[in-house]
Amino acid sequence: MSCLDIIADYGLRSIGLGERLLPRSDFTLCHQFTLIGSGMIWNIYFGTLALTSGFILATLLALGKASKNFYARKLSGWFIFIFRGSPLFIQFFFAYFLFLSLKQNFTFLSPLTSAWAGALFVLFCNTAAYSGEIFYGALQAIPKSDLEAADAYGMSGFSRFRRIVWPTMLRLAWPAYTNEAIFLFHATTLVFFSSFPAWQQRGDALYYANYFADKTFNPFIPYPILAGYFIFLTLILIGLFGLANRKLNIHLPKDKHTKIKFRIRLIR
Amino acid sequence: MFEFCSNPENLSGFSWLSCYLTTPKHMNLFYSVGTVLLLLLITAPTALLFGFGGAVMARSKILLIKVFGNAYISIVRGVPDIAFFLFFVIAIDQLLEWTRHKILCPEWSEPIRQGNDFVVCTIAKLPLSSSPQWIHEIYGFLLAVFTFAIVFGAFAANVLYGAMRAVPKAQIETAVSFGMTERQVFRRILVPQMWIFALPGLGNLWMILIKATPLLFLLGVEDIVYWARELGGTKTAKFTSYPHGDWRVWYFLGLLVFYLAFTRISEVIIDTLMKTLSHGTPTLGGDLQRQVGR
Repeated sequence: MSCLDIIADYGLRSIGLGERLLPRSDFTLCHQFTLIGSGMIWNIYFGTLALTSGFILATLLALGKASKNFYARKLSGWFIFIFRGSPLFIQFFFAYFLFLSLKQNFTFLSPLTSAWAGALFVLFCNTAAYSGEIFYGALQAIPKSDLEAADAYGMSGFSRFRRIVWPTMLRLAWPAYTNEAIFLFHATTLVFFSSFPAWQQRGDALYYANYFADKTFNPFIPYPILAGYFIFLTLILIGLFGLANRKLNIHLPKDKHTKIKFRIRLIR
Repeated sequence: MFEFCSNPENLSGFSWLSCYLTTPKHMNLFYSVGTVLLLLLITAPTALLFGFGGAVMARSKILLIKVFGNAYISIVRGVPDIAFFLFFVIAIDQLLEWTRHKILCPEWSEPIRQGNDFVVCTIAKLPLSSSPQWIHEIYGFLLAVFTFAIVFGAFAANVLYGAMRAVPKAQIETAVSFGMTERQVFRRILVPQMWIFALPGLGNLWMILIKATPLLFLLGVEDIVYWARELGGTKTAKFTSYPHGDWRVWYFLGLLVFYLAFTRISEVIIDTLMKTLSHGTPTLGGDLQRQVGR
């Protein structure tokens, strides 16, 4: 069996296409590369959707936390505190069991007990809280002079927010937000280890890497492959966010660009 | 535990709850909180030690050591941490067994990796198959602690490396001009002064470490996550005198609150510590304090 056959059989295994059964013996390097790579589809799915949807909520949370309204401030403050103060792992467990018990009363909520919706929802809230805090910090750091200039031009309300506050906030927050994005993608590997069932063994990259490590009792092949895939993904992310960073800083002289520095902040 | 608990069917309300929460099985849940605290207590200093070693190595003048130190610091970048946890637990176990195998059974001729099996001679097994259950548990726990220490050591190394570079050059130069040797500068100036620069990073790391403790569950230790799942599941009257439905959601709510409280308290303590320590230092925090004082 050539490697191309294996790719045809298992390349889309994680979303249910191709061979039904996972390989049980004679694991080749090609098997491991293909299946773990196929699992990356889920990591990218969770990461991309949670990041884009979380971005909107994060902006709202940051504005809420900085707002003068007592209730908006408290609500966003508590949301951020709860999701940043507890481990993501426990959040997954709690959400899964919560959705399980909700399902009995509200049948339309039943998709939430499967990973594609439930885990995505938790990741969405989680990344919104982390990025909300980042955006809030950036919001506080917007230079007063920018706002005064906006006032002087007679801008107010939404146009001031859209043209001045929001772009400046994003520019200041971007390096930290890049890291947040990277670690969100890393956090997606927790999904299938926290009660959310991998239906018909359709799991993510770590799920398959763990499968191979269990079956072959040799961790030295699947985990480095997984690491390779994730380093590749991280590099792509850094590239994409770097492009966005260029765009955000386009009006500034080159030496004033905020550089994206890769800083650690792992596990949530 | 209490006298009145002998007949749970007659109980209700608060007394039922107090009996329910003190059954021997629930005691395991409370002990496992101890396990988590023990893990933190052992891992934090060990990781700091690893981190110190890594930072010193990364600053070394000998190329090989420098490369090794830098590699150690950067392994944690770009790769999900859970992958490291899952990897190191098996890898360390196999490394130990392999070493013991080489030493204890030199006459063994078969290969260790036979297809999908990892075969070492019986006396090289860790722990020995004849040893009692508690040794197996302690061995598992120690493997987990060591894994945590390696991964968090790499984070700590990153923080300490940055802190060592943040110590003002003038301080080092003054020490050199007083005729101190490199060792003396390191011991008397650099190390005592770096802590204030490292503290924010280390505080952050402590929070991350707390939030990583539920991952013990993945490493096969019977920790709070394990017991919460175990105890929360539906119990029928056939097997227990405290039957109940699926209560796992409540147990995990409890864990959520436990962690929230834990991180919140840590945060407050770290902030206070930071304020006390940055008093009069040439850092941003110290400057701010001076301005407020003025």
